[in-house]
Amino acid sequence: MKLHEYQAKRRFADAGIPVPTFELVETPEAAVEAAEGIGYPVAVKAQVKVGGRGKAGGIEIANSAEDVRAATDRILGMDLKGYTVDQVLIEEGVDFATELYVGVTMDRTAGRPVAMVSTEGGVDIEEVAARDPDAIAREYVDPAFGLHHYQARRAVYGAGVDREVASDVAAVLHTLYGLFESSDGADAEINPLMVTNDDEVIAADAVFNIDEDALFRHADLAELEDERHEDPLEQKAADYGFDYVRLDGNVGIIGNGAGLVMTTLDLVDHYGGTPANFLDVGGGAKAARIANALDMVFSDDNVESVVFNIFGGITRGDEVARGINEALSTFDEVPKPVTVRLAGTNAAEGMEILDTSLVTVEDTLEAAVQDAVAAAQEVTA
Amino acid sequence: MSVYVDDDTRVVVQGITGGEGSFHTERMLEYGTNVVAGAVPGRGGQTIHDVPVYDTVRDAAEAEDANASVVFVPPAFAEDALLEGLDSGLDLVVAITEGIPTQDMSRVKKRLEEVETRLIGPNCPGIITPGAAKLGIMPTDIFQAGSVGVVSRSGTLTYQIVDNLSARGLGQSTAIGIGGDPIIGTPFVDTIRAFDADPATDAIVMCGEIGGEDEEQAAAMIEEEIKTPVVGFIAGRTAPPGKRMGHAGAIVSGSGTGTAASKIEALSAAGVPVGETPEAVADEVANLL
Repeated sequence: MKLHEYQAKRRFADAGIPVPTFELVETPEAAVEAAEGIGYPVAVKAQVKVGGRGKAGGIEIANSAEDVRAATDRILGMDLKGYTVDQVLIEEGVDFATELYVGVTMDRTAGRPVAMVSTEGGVDIEEVAARDPDAIAREYVDPAFGLHHYQARRAVYGAGVDREVASDVAAVLHTLYGLFESSDGADAEINPLMVTNDDEVIAADAVFNIDEDALFRHADLAELEDERHEDPLEQKAADYGFDYVRLDGNVGIIGNGAGLVMTTLDLVDHYGGTPANFLDVGGGAKAARIANALDMVFSDDNVESVVFNIFGGITRGDEVARGINEALSTFDEVPKPVTVRLAGTNAAEGMEILDTSLVTVEDTLEAAVQDAVAAAQEVTA
Repeated sequence: MSVYVDDDTRVVVQGITGGEGSFHTERMLEYGTNVVAGAVPGRGGQTIHDVPVYDTVRDAAEAEDANASVVFVPPAFAEDALLEGLDSGLDLVVAITEGIPTQDMSRVKKRLEEVETRLIGPNCPGIITPGAAKLGIMPTDIFQAGSVGVVSRSGTLTYQIVDNLSARGLGQSTAIGIGGDPIIGTPFVDTIRAFDADPATDAIVMCGEIGGEDEEQAAAMIEEEIKTPVVGFIAGRTAPPGKRMGHAGAIVSGSGTGTAASKIEALSAAGVPVGETPEAVADEVANLL
């Protein structure tokens, strides 16, 4: 789960990391009022949870009330990489000398957190990592201890940060790690961490992503979740509680278990079709959930055919078959051809139950996928 | 012979009184697994499916001479349960639980370096040596005893591949689900080394998926040191970047690492044939044996 910049900055500031003065606003009038209070110049920053906002036109520097009004007017309502902007940050402009990067993330290969510092701040850190890995100083953290102070210092000196600000930057990194740990962060980044001509450090941007599996113990963070899916189908999937990803093909795919659903997508592609979605009903799905899954896929106008692939472990084939029959019998005519393949627990019982006047039944995954691909091609031909 | 579990494996079920724990204990017993004890704090002295329950894993292991555990404890308490398993003198801990916070697993992974115990999972279907023992939740009738070692990051995909193998009469020495999370106890490299050292395993099937670098590391290791033929499969060729495909670990990063293409390329370069379909994987194995 991603936090907005302003939400991350409030948390960083509360922990003692210096951030610019800012206000969150939703109208040009409020923006001007905020700017007058803060003093010019100010930055007008779109609050959407995507990277590269500056390049995409979501950040503007304003030197007057007119500038602020015009910038806010332009940015509010704009589409930024698929997200509509409905809030902007009005932030004190900082006159900086240099820009640094500090961040903490989980290195899955090492199985432990890594704290990072670079003097190449203000640009995409993954670009820096690809171009010049040595430009980023890294310290791997023993998660039982947390980041030691000496490690924070070592990263800062190792990155070649100016001596005048080294201890302040080390303090920021150490505090950032503390937040990462106490809030179950997935990533915590300040890019850029600005250094002013007076050798002050200040966090000009803030990224804070939280491990969704840990939200059960962070009620304060869980309630910040305001992800409104721009795609109504993805919103519907979230409401139903499905793992769902919309793609741009025309063969709808329903299955159980991430690896098997991915494999079904790959097979659709392999046999010359195009997958419309990834939909995992999860383990132990009962009839009602199966019906919801069919409703999801039928709601996608791009879908021309559906392949339903269940390999029962905890999920039972007879339950799935009942769900399919129930869902399809509510239609006068089944909206799109559905091919079903059941295997594993109670698959034979399920095959018996399935109403073959509503669906096509296949014995193997390969045959089911080929059938659905052919059905979709027939429609588009 | 087999890998990690056999007829002598004696199992403690951690969380045996919960819905999942109880249900799957019964299935494991039906399969003939030596489930000798359960461990649930506060439930010591009870029995479930005729299996005695103890308050701690150590008590259970000592009293019933157990050497392995299976963990069905919910995510909020799983870190503690796994650490307890690792501190009870067992050879093997199998974690079925899905949804354990990543930082919890980071601490468990650190502890793992300090003990002799092996951890499989979490977020996995477990491990089965057909005809001998099942420590997990997989449907048993698709498995046949044989000489193919199977290792996979995904549960239902394991079933699919095993089904394709069994349909051709290619039985399995042991099948292991290593789990779909970003941080897991046993990576591909360990299982492949173990299969290579097992005289009963004549071929290895490795089912990977997008995300992380585990498959690339395995490819390099296979080229260096593995004598047993390996056949690969990679799920997620059509997965778009930045989208989590169900598993917490199955995501192609924004910078393009963890793609199916890079994994297939690494395996192919290491001389490992990669099947385009589960059926093609079974064909490859049949050709090798």
